[in-house]
Amino acid sequence: MSIDWQTFALTLELAFTVSLILLLLGLPIAYWIAFSRWRWKFLVEAVVALPIVLPPTVLGFYVLVALGPRSPLGRWWISLTGHTLAFTFTGLVIGSILYSLPFAVQPFAASFSTVDRKLIAASATLGASPLRTFFRVIAPLSIPGLVTGVALAFAHTMGEFGVVLMVGGNIPGVTRTVSIDIYDRVQASDYAGANQTALVLLILCFVLLAVVYGLNRKAWSFRPLQ
Amino acid sequence: MSDLHAAVRKRFGVAESDFALDVAFDAAAGFTILFGPSGAGKTTLLDCVAGLAQPDAGRVAVGGRALFDSSQRANVPVAQRRVGYVFQDLALFPHMSVEQNVLYGLKPLPDGERKKRVLAILRSFRVDHLAYRRAREISGGERQRVALARTLVTDPAVLLLDEPLAALDAPTKAKIIDDLRAWNEAHRIPILYVTHSREEVFALGEGVIVLDAGRIVAQGTPHEVMTAPRQETVAQLAGFENIFDATVEAVHPERGTMICRIVSDPLPSHGAGSPVMIETPLVRAGVGSKLRVGIRAGDVLLATSPPQGLSARNLIPGHITSLEQHDVIVTARVNCGDAIGSVEMEVHLTLAARDSLQLAPGKEVWLVIKTHSCHLMQI
Repeated sequence: MSIDWQTFALTLELAFTVSLILLLLGLPIAYWIAFSRWRWKFLVEAVVALPIVLPPTVLGFYVLVALGPRSPLGRWWISLTGHTLAFTFTGLVIGSILYSLPFAVQPFAASFSTVDRKLIAASATLGASPLRTFFRVIAPLSIPGLVTGVALAFAHTMGEFGVVLMVGGNIPGVTRTVSIDIYDRVQASDYAGANQTALVLLILCFVLLAVVYGLNRKAWSFRPLQ
Repeated sequence: MSDLHAAVRKRFGVAESDFALDVAFDAAAGFTILFGPSGAGKTTLLDCVAGLAQPDAGRVAVGGRALFDSSQRANVPVAQRRVGYVFQDLALFPHMSVEQNVLYGLKPLPDGERKKRVLAILRSFRVDHLAYRRAREISGGERQRVALARTLVTDPAVLLLDEPLAALDAPTKAKIIDDLRAWNEAHRIPILYVTHSREEVFALGEGVIVLDAGRIVAQGTPHEVMTAPRQETVAQLAGFENIFDATVEAVHPERGTMICRIVSDPLPSHGAGSPVMIETPLVRAGVGSKLRVGIRAGDVLLATSPPQGLSARNLIPGHITSLEQHDVIVTARVNCGDAIGSVEMEVHLTLAARDSLQLAPGKEVWLVIKTHSCHLMQI
């Protein structure tokens, strides 16, 4: 067997990290999108949805520039840690978060906005703060949407290629993910190795998604954004 | 002093309908009924008191504590108002048990104490046996009781009830009204109670406020408001096809009736010659005062020869001017005009009645109207 298990471990670590952070980051963004009455809200929604339509190389390019030593963020990170963010695992996590953001935020926001407003009003008249209302009423009634969002973000990160290539490069054990590994093998005419690796990735993703959707059976529906 | 004071102005610039709520009233402890047609602004008023909607201007205060005051830019958040609100659709949390629903609004207390209070209120509304059931698994009447318990357990300073019993059958309704009355006796806070039902007005009402098109059109005890001649707009929406201006000709307090003359339209007349007089129930009005009379088209009987031996007090001759069929209902227009003008009355008939009486335009008929089918309204 010529499968490089290290790339699998790295890819899973990346996908878990990214989906966990997207769960924490996506909740407030989705809450704001679902409930804000700001008139320019649609601009923020458009920005959040951008990664769906942008080629990953475009996104990856800008992330690379933003992380590099010539940007304020890159300089700040270098002054903090002594090395650049580009071509590190942290840089890869940041790029992947941006890349998978809409896949988490949109299902979250869609399920928040289907929660009956009367329940939210009732919670307020019973003396609950907005935060308590969120955790006791809105989030529990949105669990299918939350599971869908996290599962999509996870799967999307597992399979990303362009952003990783641009931001991460191809450093074994640091930024070399499964999809990069497969690409390398094809480039080197190692079709057997590429096939085995691809097959393992395929089965792994299928099993993971099947488990998630099996546990969350009623949620197997993409709800339209309102 | 824990009276509710509400002076609320709120404008809705919805397309063409330029609706504005503009009311001011005080409600003492006990039930105050908000009565009026849908769209009158009742729910909007409750939302403004609860803080779910923000008035353009005005002041909402409970016992001197301002919840909203546009002049001081005060606006207490909903959660801190201590205004209990039972919505028309109840809004029980579907993912929680009955007990969790009722615990939701209860302030932090020792755990045993919380459970004890919840059980006590569930018992007082006779739903303690449902404590561990899901809110979505219980019946309509039970849900109503749980929604009341959930709100009342928070010990609110004001209680808002938006048609809480609308969907219930009469016996269940009566039982819940009894429970609510008992609760009111024990707590004495201002309760605003929205309803369409006259029975509920008489069963609960210590005070009634009639709202129409965003304004208060009548206010008083149920007896004063509901038996006084009402504003026309209220009656119109309750479905009167026939509405006439009338003058009081004679008053018979001993019989509880009075005689009114219907003012005819000054149009070319085809009438029989004598003024149209009708006997109506007695209201607080003197001879010569002007009123409006509303008669439902379905409450009028039609005869093709002068009937005899009737209990109904009003027998009016006329002739049919038109017959129109709408689905299975026939609408007959009958002119009972006098020498000066026309009085046209709309009558609803069945198809069978039209055919067996061989009704046709021009035919001479007599209209039969019971005294209590004549509803009187202020002009």
